[in-house]
Amino acid sequence: MSFTPDETTAIWLSLRIAVVATLISLPPAVLAAHALARREFWGKSLFNALIHLPLVLPPVVTGYLLLLGFGRRGPFGEFFDACCGIVFSFRWTGAALAAGIMAFPLVVRAIRLSIEAVDPKLEAAASTLGASPVTVFATVTLPLALPGVLAGAILGFAKALGEFGATITFVSNIPGETRTIATAIYTNTQTPSGDAAAMRLTIVAVVIATGALLLSELCARSVSRKAMDL
Amino acid sequence: MSFDIGIRHRAGDFALDVSLSLKGPVSALFGPSGAGKTTLLNLLAGLARPREGRIVIDGEPWCDTAADIFVPPHRRRIGYVFQDARLFPHLSVRRNLNYGRWLARGRGKTVTLDEVTALLGLEPLLARRPGALSGGEQQRVAIGRALLTNPRLILMDEPLSALDAARRAEILPFIERLRDRFAIPIVYVSHAIDEVERIADEIVSLEGGRVTGVRRGLRAGK
Repeated sequence: MSFTPDETTAIWLSLRIAVVATLISLPPAVLAAHALARREFWGKSLFNALIHLPLVLPPVVTGYLLLLGFGRRGPFGEFFDACCGIVFSFRWTGAALAAGIMAFPLVVRAIRLSIEAVDPKLEAAASTLGASPVTVFATVTLPLALPGVLAGAILGFAKALGEFGATITFVSNIPGETRTIATAIYTNTQTPSGDAAAMRLTIVAVVIATGALLLSELCARSVSRKAMDL
Repeated sequence: MSFDIGIRHRAGDFALDVSLSLKGPVSALFGPSGAGKTTLLNLLAGLARPREGRIVIDGEPWCDTAADIFVPPHRRRIGYVFQDARLFPHLSVRRNLNYGRWLARGRGKTVTLDEVTALLGLEPLLARRPGALSGGEQQRVAIGRALLTNPRLILMDEPLSALDAARRAEILPFIERLRDRFAIPIVYVSHAIDEVERIADEIVSLEGGRVTGVRRGLRAGK
């Protein structure tokens, strides 16, 4: 199986977008998951609903909202352009942002479940040993929740890789800049002679997604084996 | 040590209303289950906040709801030995022991790892994981871990109740050695009278969330 240069570009771009989306969404996802799992605060239900919004909204709506907020004229778009020279609209960075936001609820969910599974009694024990809340989190909660964090990250990566609706709405489908595997497949299905190319990219998508799931399983298993002291 | 405690607390249906002072050095909170012993211990540790009242140790307020003072557990310099050892499952025994010691570094070291491992017979366990230890071994590690934080006070919540009679007889001498060797005040919770009479200087009896009696000077002649 050989790829055209355009397809190779789309594959690498997809991987880059998905990796960046995962890395960017992971730290806020860990914080949000911890807040949801362990803290009580005013507006928690609303916060939870907001986080899950990308999961239930039509992706095109999320994409359109991103366009309004992070487009060239959008308040956040202008801010990031002015402060750090980051432009999202019609750039791969925008695709990464869209993919990260679409993956966010899944990542938060996986991490939240694994944090909830950590025995709060161990955290209480750590605090009596002199650990501040931040130290407790870093030395007890996070290491024990690590399998879930890894699983969440890989799930997020797979989701980011397959993101379509929000991406195409927000940053369009520009070859070499925002054309990912998903949008390239879509383009090929709209082209009379695109069947073979669509099939090649479909196989790539299946292979990467399967690999990601196997890897997540492997990570979770090795971590839990370590915890069980074999 | 002097502890002045006057608190009213509510947890679900249970009401705790106590006013007492503990003089130590080894004070036992004694009573049937449901008497409020563990609740009181958690209030002393700062793991729970009372509805209202004061907890003052050696003149220093740890908690005073009227003055809005609350010292969080990690700043109280306590060692807490729980009923269920609560060792960190992802760390080796050595790292469990060093956990609090590392956080307490710079606090004028008086207790060393060697001393504690020797006292509690932990040397052969150091490289192992908590999951691979027996209940009695886990509890010994938990005692060592609490001791290594250089606490000003050790709280023990029925440290022997999860063990069978043989293990209990094995741990009790360690607790006595700890008391005699390090001179750290201990607040010891138990429902077993033989246990508390053996190690305590004073016994506070609790029942239904209230103090029903205090006996002092128990070991004066020993």
